[in-house]
Amino acid sequence: MSSRERVLARVQRAVGERPESAAEAYVREVPRTYLVEHGARTTAETVDLLAENLADYRALVHRTDEEELPYLLMRLLAEAGPDTVLVPPGLPPEWLAAADPVRLHDRAVSTPQELDRVGAVVTGCALAVAETGTIVLDGSPDQGRRRITLIPDHHICVVRVPQQVVASVPQALSRLDPRRPLTWISGPSATSDIELDRVEGVHGPRTLQVILVE
Amino acid sequence: MSGTFVGMPAFPAAAREAVGDATLRANLRHATHTIRDKRARAVAELDDWAALREAGRRIKDHTLRHLDTYLVQLEESVTAAGGTVHWAADADEANAIVTELVRATGEREVVKVKSMATQEIGLNEALEEAGIRAYETDLAELIVQLGKDRPSHILVPAIHRNRGEIGAIFRREMAGWGRPAPEGLTDSPAELAEAARLHLREKFLRAKVGISGANFMVAETGTLVVLESEGNGRMCLTLPETLISVVGIEKVVPTWRDLEVFLQTLPRSSTAERMNPYTSTWTGTTDGDGPKTFHLVLLDNGRTDTLADEVGRQALRCIRCSACLNVCPVYERAGGHAYGSVYPGPIGAILSPQLRGMGSEIDRSLPFASSLCGACYEVCPVAIDIPEVLVHLRERVAEGGEVVRNGARITVRPAKGHAAERAAMRAAAWAFRRPGVLRTGQRLASGTRRLHPRRLPGPGRAWSASRELPEVPRESFRDWWQRTQGGPAEGSTK
Ligand code: SF4
Repeated sequence: MSSRERVLARVQRAVGERPESAAEAYVREVPRTYLVEHGARTTAETVDLLAENLADYRALVHRTDEEELPYLLMRLLAEAGPDTVLVPPGLPPEWLAAADPVRLHDRAVSTPQELDRVGAVVTGCALAVAETGTIVLDGSPDQGRRRITLIPDHHICVVRVPQQVVASVPQALSRLDPRRPLTWISGPSATSDIELDRVEGVHGPRTLQVILVE
Repeated sequence: MSGTFVGMPAFPAAAREAVGDATLRANLRHATHTIRDKRARAVAELDDWAALREAGRRIKDHTLRHLDTYLVQLEESVTAAGGTVHWAADADEANAIVTELVRATGEREVVKVKSMATQEIGLNEALEEAGIRAYETDLAELIVQLGKDRPSHILVPAIHRNRGEIGAIFRREMAGWGRPAPEGLTDSPAELAEAARLHLREKFLRAKVGISGANFMVAETGTLVVLESEGNGRMCLTLPETLISVVGIEKVVPTWRDLEVFLQTLPRSSTAERMNPYTSTWTGTTDGDGPKTFHLVLLDNGRTDTLADEVGRQALRCIRCSACLNVCPVYERAGGHAYGSVYPGPIGAILSPQLRGMGSEIDRSLPFASSLCGACYEVCPVAIDIPEVLVHLRERVAEGGEVVRNGARITVRPAKGHAAERAAMRAAAWAFRRPGVLRTGQRLASGTRRLHPRRLPGPGRAWSASRELPEVPRESFRDWWQRTQGGPAEGSTK
């Protein structure tokens, strides 16, 4: 008997007869009495909550509009100082029009060591979750491969508000495609491993800037 | 389960030693008190917490009852998404599978993201024997690995170490494993984190094989989920060419939607955050992004035996948040090492003896490593009634009964020779009826009483000072339990 058969047979012996199929029982046995969203907010209030919760976990939050976005990016990149910026393939070109940094494109053949020499990355996102202060990346062309938001020490993420903002985790999951590789980001990399005190900055980007664009 | 720490004394002896270690106790006390207050605040933010907890419990119970169906569905989904699924009935099989997979890549080193399952099976040691070096990349795991130590907490395996000790370990040991600690490294947490970042970076960037566990696996979609804080998980999950995930079969959930419950309850229960810094989900392999090869090793190793016990099986609902450790007065006093397993604290006291069977002294003693105060049940996000299982297992030790081991039903005889256990049961009954033995504690947010014993409570006393035990009525533990409903001592104040 293969291990697969052995494990499955042990499960069957352990749980015994089941009158219903799993699918039938699932509908009956799993109650969804919890909330889809916590509290009632207007769209504007939801965006405010997102900004508040992002900041609470030490993301640096900026708010602007489409027109000002290139200038804000110019300022942020100038302050941060890296001369080279990693960009995903589908980043709207106008975003970096004012800053006009040296753009490094992540190619399939690029090695992690090459990407490690880049100081910052600019991306869009799939959505943002207000209640938890989370941005979610799904690898779309304006976000790129997962590694590009991981290796550089500085990540600037642009969120279109209010379209890309949901209030809650349940709303986020229902809008996301599980077949895509997802990265949920809530503040910069951190650890609580030393005396359970949160310290920002271990392996992921130590600076996370989120720009909310109306 | 090969995770018994070799030469581990049974709980009482180990606990007595730990209780005498003032540094350890101070470290633990500081850490657990910080986190438990934060957790209470994070949980209080959600007014539907009770409903989320109930949904979590039901999803897990339902899945366990139909585990065969969901495992087969998961296998289909993962395979359809480009992954390969392997089945391991026990630790040896799992280690052999992983070793073979790493060998096939031709690599001699792997990077690992913290995983309870791989610790449980002793994977690092198995790889070492095969000439493959496994680098732990979680900061706490790194501290443990460099310090040639054992983990003592589920979430923060180096919780027993303070910053001064960690600094010393880094300065002394890092050079032997790769990049040495920076010149003049102090004990400030920020500098220690920076030292770990530098030390591990070269390993991440050159790694060809990553090994992980998973917090959840979604049967419907074949998606695996890892929650973490530092980014080492993302490094291990996305940079290597080959990813091998070793996951206990109880980690499966039926649907993508089910994650909406656990992604709300797990971060708040474990690190007391609305959301942990990074959560990664992946489904098989993705063209042009991340590992080209993905292997999932499904691990039984005592889980189906646990499933066969109608009372004990609820331990398989555990999502490893570690909230029960942080509120446990016995854990706070005794420390994680006393539990002699990778699963310490209240959950370890019910999980280890079930996964490993009760063949060893430590596993027979674990069900007694509790004052039955109920704080663990109160905070558990999947409502595992740990005291109920403890009492059930105590009865099993003392009175024997039917259990399933390696899939076969056997009868264990009462532990006649184990006077200590029987004494411990009497001691517990005795202690709970005498308010003076258990000191009063502050209340949890929910109003449950939490007890702060000055010394190890009942069972611990029994081991260390059994001669002082007064006569108590001859009564089985279950009779006592039913009569008193397991409540704290009458007369103890809130
Ligand atoms: S038993 Fe409950 S509280 Fe303890 S680690 Fe598991 S899920 Fe968390």
